[in-house]
Amino acid sequence: MAKQYVDMNTPVIEMRNIVKKFGDFTANDGINLTVHKGEIHAILGENGAGKSTLMNQLYGLLKPTSGDILVNGKKIEMNNPRDAIAAGIGMVHQHFMLVQPFTVTENIVLGTEPTKGLSLDMVTARKNVVEISERYGLSIDPDARIEDISVGMQQRVEILKALYRGADILILDEPTSSLTPQEIVELIDIMHNLVKDGKSIIIITHKLKEIKESADFCTIIRLGKYIGTVDVETVTENDLASMMVGRNVTFKVDKPAQEPGEVVLDVQDLHCLDYRGVEIVRGLDLQVRRGEIIGIAGIDGNGQTELVEVITGLRKGTSGKVLVNGVDVFNKSPNFGFRHGVSSIPADRQKHGLVLDFSIEDNLILQNYGKEPFSDKNILQRDPIFKHASQSIEKYDIRPGNSEKRPAGTLSGGNQQKVIIAREVQNDKDLLIAVNPTRGLDVGAIEYVHKYIVDQRNKGKAVLLVSFELDEIMSLSDIIDVIFDGKIVASIPGKDANENDLGLMMAGGKKE
Amino acid sequence: MTKKKGFLEFVSENRFIHILLSILLGFLVGAIFLAVMGLSVGEAYGRLISSVTSLKGFSYVVVYAIPYIVVGLSVAFSFKTGVFNIGAEGQFVVGSMAAAVVGILGAALPKPLLIPLCFLASMAAGAIWGIIVGFLKTKWGINEVLSMIMFNWVAFYLSNFIAGIPAIHSDGTAEATKNISANASTLLSKDFINSLGLCPTANWGILVAIAATVLVWFVIEKTTLGYELKAVGANKFAAEYGGINVNRSILTALAISGALAGLGGALQLMGMGSRISIFSSQEGFGFAGIVVALIGCSNPFGVLIAGVFYGALMYGGSKLNLVGAPTQLINVIVGTVVFFIAISVIFENLKRIRSRANRNAEARAIKKADEQKEEKK
Repeated sequence: MAKQYVDMNTPVIEMRNIVKKFGDFTANDGINLTVHKGEIHAILGENGAGKSTLMNQLYGLLKPTSGDILVNGKKIEMNNPRDAIAAGIGMVHQHFMLVQPFTVTENIVLGTEPTKGLSLDMVTARKNVVEISERYGLSIDPDARIEDISVGMQQRVEILKALYRGADILILDEPTSSLTPQEIVELIDIMHNLVKDGKSIIIITHKLKEIKESADFCTIIRLGKYIGTVDVETVTENDLASMMVGRNVTFKVDKPAQEPGEVVLDVQDLHCLDYRGVEIVRGLDLQVRRGEIIGIAGIDGNGQTELVEVITGLRKGTSGKVLVNGVDVFNKSPNFGFRHGVSSIPADRQKHGLVLDFSIEDNLILQNYGKEPFSDKNILQRDPIFKHASQSIEKYDIRPGNSEKRPAGTLSGGNQQKVIIAREVQNDKDLLIAVNPTRGLDVGAIEYVHKYIVDQRNKGKAVLLVSFELDEIMSLSDIIDVIFDGKIVASIPGKDANENDLGLMMAGGKKE
Repeated sequence: MTKKKGFLEFVSENRFIHILLSILLGFLVGAIFLAVMGLSVGEAYGRLISSVTSLKGFSYVVVYAIPYIVVGLSVAFSFKTGVFNIGAEGQFVVGSMAAAVVGILGAALPKPLLIPLCFLASMAAGAIWGIIVGFLKTKWGINEVLSMIMFNWVAFYLSNFIAGIPAIHSDGTAEATKNISANASTLLSKDFINSLGLCPTANWGILVAIAATVLVWFVIEKTTLGYELKAVGANKFAAEYGGINVNRSILTALAISGALAGLGGALQLMGMGSRISIFSSQEGFGFAGIVVALIGCSNPFGVLIAGVFYGALMYGGSKLNLVGAPTQLINVIVGTVVFFIAISVIFENLKRIRSRANRNAEARAIKKADEQKEEKK
């Protein structure tokens, strides 16, 4: 299967010794990339390694400080994306650039609409779109509005948009980050259809499994440096992972057996409504004891988000009890819960976890700015705040270093998560709630996050883990509670769990 | 090509240069207008500069600048804390009227008591005006921009109503209040003014404005209160998550911002106006404050400088007719400056709003996709 469409004699893209500097910071340091006709080429690197910077230079969004870019053997200089499009390069960004109220056809032809006299010729436009979508097996509804179709469909529209503009080389930036597993399978099929037709694809990703499944070659970048290009067939996922992070990566989490202590979190007969006013948590009972990780497994929308919001005080429940160390925090403020032992790693780190415009040092004191040593008589004490940040950056390996005064929004996703973890772990509360703590992170960062969560458990803290990644739930949890329809329907020891049984219970089935 | 791009990048990354360039462009556009009207650019701008650089001229500029600085601080403070105080106009008016009422009725009180009372009354009035709007916002989610614009008009008619009350209204024929007591005036002594050759309305309100500048800077940058308010302004969800009481913070921010605008009203009255006329239209101090905050990049010390600059334009502009140029030219210049400054602000905000909208759309789409999958099952 692999490499069957690759024409090794026809390089379409050659990037030679690319260097890109932003001031003193070198984002790309001598990177080489060769992509052939009919090839799927993956660019692998940790968050912030310089993958997107490299691709933005190929797409004319940035200019290299030095180095050459050759397209179809000809050296070209690109000043903006128009030049890239003219050279046959198309890019599908991680965040789609679609006009929501427009139809699929309108979005695809936008800017290059066929005309009849002075008016738009939407009949021809629609015909062209249908033609091109059938040719590559990208089935879409040409008349549907973007706001009504799924993310996977929107991505197809983006790909079609690039193809419609005559792209022979497609850059896909983190294309699977918001897709469902089924949509990922479909995307890989589409990619194979495209290379069969002589297109070339560059895919930016940090998901090893997908590289193994789809790519022919893989170029690895670490901290802006070129590490190498490998034939995907000849390497394992583990090889890729260690090349990416520069050390051996363990996917298994070591967890010593230990007896849980007394109950820290005790949720009794909890009820609450969702944003539509429909009851979504319906009489839920849950206990988390010291020194154990309880994993909540469930399909999104079964009440787990609302459960966490009620525990952390962000949402009011309708009835029930939420005891933390015996104190009822039900329907109290987030601050009340925090004072009585609740800390959490929120699901949406940019919305709830960080103030992106604030510096890292200020984000690290979000709950403690009013306490000593960070303030004295309501005056912030900058020296202790800075020192605290320096220590946290060092200890939690937040990159780049010396970034105490940098706005949190300038960090990569993985490092933003490290800031939150540094803060919440150092708060050292009896209960740690983590919601999808590794969403969007690369393997290096995931390993790291898992280590800190398990550390908290080993230190005798109670940990409640909510995650849509079954692998994560199974490898971390001492006990897995399955949530379905607003209730815990099953509770099984983590070591006895298997994916099939869990999947069945999550869908409301019974384990026989 | 590349050189030009580098220059634009440099400008967009450097706020100070960007502001200076905007000001320069404002004067350039003004010059074009002058040239089209067949007037001498050199003569008009020469007049503008000479009228504000003499000692007397500059003392006028400072006097003009006092309310602009303080109202500018009010708006800048609101920007920093995530509320847009377009209601500074109304807070200025009620603050000014509160000071007038105290300054007229309290004539018997000694100066060291009456002046602080006037300040306090103006700040309280402005704060209340801000808090009402904040209450409507936090309690019922009423958009503060809309209610502030309405409250500007409420303040306008309230002021006219109070000015008509017999105890307040002028004894003569003037359509205005009585003059405030000399004990409520911040004017410097006649002898002092004459000996230095300052303008007749020279007053020590500028010291209050400078003190307010330092205080606002201190609160925003150095205190836990400033941290809270900024956090709520930058991301109220994370602030709430971190344990900050968001509604209380919004009320506090509006109260402080309102108090500053109210104080601006008092300083204008006690230093320059000494009475309040029955308005026929809004005076526009609040809107001038928005311009000053924009030019000053919402930085308190930037606002201090921008306020003096704005005062210079306003005073110098009033002298333009001496060379036959229309005084409205100043409005053209100010409008152009704001336009060029706003371009970058608009783009920055658009970028932010768009990325937020994208995130939301993505979340919605993910949810929908999941729901569809559910249905299939």
